[in-house]
Amino acid sequence: MSQTLQNVKPGKPWQPSAKQRVTDFTILFAAVLTSYLIVEFTAMKGKLAYFFLFFLALAIFNLIRGTITRDFMNGSDQFFSVIMLLGMTLVVIPTADILYTVFERGRKGLHAGLLTNDMAMATPSDPITSGGLLHAIIGTFLLVSVALILSVPIGILTALYLTEIKGRFTRPIRFLVQAMSGVPSIVAGLFILSSIVYTITKSYSGFVGSLALTILMIPTIARTAEEVLNLIPNDLREAGVALGGTQWRTVAMVVIPAARSGLITALILGVARIVGETAPILLLTGGGDAVNFNPTSGAMGSLPFYIWKSFLLGTEESITRGWAGLLVLLVLVLILFIMARVLGSRRTK
Amino acid sequence: MIRPMSLLDSTHPITPSPREITTEPRFSDKVFRGVVTAGGLSSLIILGLIAIFLGYQGFEILAKEGISFITTSEWSVEVDSFGAITKTSFGLAAMLVGTILCALIAVFIAVPISVAAAIFLSFYAPASLKRFLVSIIDLMAAFPSILFGFWGLFVLMPSAEYWAKLINKYLGFIPIFEVEPRIFTRSPFVAGVVLAIMIIPIITSVSREIFSQTPLDRIQAAYALGATRWNVIRTVAIPYSRGGIVGGMMLGLGRAMGETVAVYTVLNIVYQINWQVLFGAGGNVASLILLKFGEAQPYEIKALMAAGLVLFLLTLFVNFVADQIVAKSGGKGR
Repeated sequence: MSQTLQNVKPGKPWQPSAKQRVTDFTILFAAVLTSYLIVEFTAMKGKLAYFFLFFLALAIFNLIRGTITRDFMNGSDQFFSVIMLLGMTLVVIPTADILYTVFERGRKGLHAGLLTNDMAMATPSDPITSGGLLHAIIGTFLLVSVALILSVPIGILTALYLTEIKGRFTRPIRFLVQAMSGVPSIVAGLFILSSIVYTITKSYSGFVGSLALTILMIPTIARTAEEVLNLIPNDLREAGVALGGTQWRTVAMVVIPAARSGLITALILGVARIVGETAPILLLTGGGDAVNFNPTSGAMGSLPFYIWKSFLLGTEESITRGWAGLLVLLVLVLILFIMARVLGSRRTK
Repeated sequence: MIRPMSLLDSTHPITPSPREITTEPRFSDKVFRGVVTAGGLSSLIILGLIAIFLGYQGFEILAKEGISFITTSEWSVEVDSFGAITKTSFGLAAMLVGTILCALIAVFIAVPISVAAAIFLSFYAPASLKRFLVSIIDLMAAFPSILFGFWGLFVLMPSAEYWAKLINKYLGFIPIFEVEPRIFTRSPFVAGVVLAIMIIPIITSVSREIFSQTPLDRIQAAYALGATRWNVIRTVAIPYSRGGIVGGMMLGLGRAMGETVAVYTVLNIVYQINWQVLFGAGGNVASLILLKFGEAQPYEIKALMAAGLVLFLLTLFVNFVADQIVAKSGGKGR
C-alpha cells in the first residue's frame, strides 16, 4: 500500500511537455535558418533583414504549428505573441545600444585627472589627459542643489494640497501640474530670460539656470509625492486626528514621517529629471571653463554644457571628451535611478 | 467605578479641561491650509507668468507681423553697415510644419512598438522578467535628451539613412517619400526616429498602466467563454484601454513637439516648408530658438520670445486634449 503511494508522481500539466520543448526549439532553429537562407540567396541584405525575417519566420512557423495542433484561433494567438515579443525587443535594443555606446566610447576619455582638473588651461585639441570636468561637476552640483531647495517646498506643498486638502481646485491643479510637466525646457529657459535676466539681474549666472530647472523639477516632484502620499493609509490620518491632533500636526508628525522614504524617492526622480537638462542651461548659465563656486555671479559650467561644447568644437579630442562627459552624466543618472529603485522597493514592502 | 490607576493614586487628580467642540478649524490649521493652498496654486501662477512674460516680450513682434508670423516662413534680419536693423521678417510656418511633422513621425513609429511592448509586459512576460523590463523602460525615461541627441547623430544616423534609402526605393512613388536632391542625412525622418525612441518609454508606461486596470472579471469571463490570449487582448483589453492609449500618445506628442536639443543635433534646419520626410531639411520651433539665440540682437530675441509663446501654447493645447481624453476614457469598455 505504502509502496504504491510512493510511486505516484504528481503531474505538472502547466509546464511544457518534452515534445513541446522539442518543437519550440525546432521552430526557433528553423526561423534562424530561414532568415539566414533568405539573406544569403535573395536581394535582402543586412542586419535589418536578418532581424525582421527572423521574427517574421518565427511568427509564421508558430502560426502553422498552432493551427495544426488545434485550430486557426490558436494559431493566430501564437502568431501575435511573437509580434508582441518583437515590440518589446524593439524597445530594449535602443536602450542597450545607448548604454553600450556611451560606455564603449566614453571609456577612451577617462583619465586620472578627469574629476580633479578643469578646462581653464586646456584647449580643444590638447591631448585627452589634460583638463577635466571638475568645473562641470561642481557646477551641476550647485545648479541641482539650488533647484532642489527651491522646488522641494513647492512640489511637496502641491502634493499635500492634492492629497490632504482636496479643495475645489484639486482637479484644475492636477491638470496644471500635468501641463507644467509638458512645458518644453527651452520655454522655461526663455521665461526666466524674459522675466529675471532682462529685467533684474542683466547677466548670466548659475542661479537663473537653477530657476529654470526649478520649473522643470516641480511637476516631477509633485506627481511622485502625490502618488506616495496617496499610498499612506487613511487610518493613520484618522488616528492622528482622533488623538486630538490638528490637521497640521497630523500631517507634519504622522503622514510625512510615514511617507519619508517615498518623498525622498520623489526628490531623487526630480534630480534625475533635471541633471541632464541642456536647453535652459545653454540659454542661461553662460557655461564657464573654470571652477566657480558662486551661483549668483559669473558663468557657471555644468555637465550638459560641457558635453554640448565638446561635441560642437568638433576636434577628435573634444569629441572624446564629450563622450567621457556623457559617460559621467549617465553614471550619475544610473546612480540616482538605482537609489530611487532601492528606496521605492523598501516602501512597498 | 473603574478609573485609571494614575488618577486614583494622586491626591489631586489632573483632569485636562475639555476641548471646545467646534467645526471651526484652529488657527494653526487655518495657517496650514492657507500655506498648502498657496503652494498648490503655484503651478497656476508659474504657468500664468510664463504666458504673461513671453507675451509681453513678444507682443511687439506679434503686433507687427500679425497672422503672417505663423503663415510665412522667412526668418531674416538685415542690417546695414553700421549694424542698425533695416528690414526684418519673422515667420514660423516652416518651423511649425517641421515641429508637427517630426512629432507625427515619432508618434507613428512609437505607438505600435509601445503598445506591443505594453501588451507583452501586461499579458505575456513572466513576473521576474517583467520587473527587469519595467526597470529598463523607466531607466530609458530618465535618460537626458542630450544623450539621445548625440547617440542619434553619431550612432543612429548611418542606420537611419540606410532605412530612409530603403523606404525611398520601395515607397518613393508616394509624394512624401520623394527625395530630390538625394540627401538622406539630417532629415525629419531621422529626427522622428530619435524622438520616437525618446517617447517610447512614456507611451509604454501609460499603456501598461491602463492595461493593468482592465477589470479582471471581464478577462476571466472571456477566458471562460473559450477565448485565447490574443482574443482577450483584442476584444477586452484594447477596447477598454483605447482612450488611455490615445491619451498617452498625446502626451508623447507634446513631449516630441517641445524637444530641443535632440532635434537640434540631428536635424538640418532650413527655413522652408518641407513635406518630404526623408529629405535632409526641416525645422522645429524649439531648435530654431536655440539656433538663433546665440547670434540674436535684442530685437530678434523678442521674435524668439514670441516663437516661445507659440510653442508654449501649442504644447499646452496638446496636453489639455490629452488630459480630456484620459479623463473621459477612464473605466469604459465596449
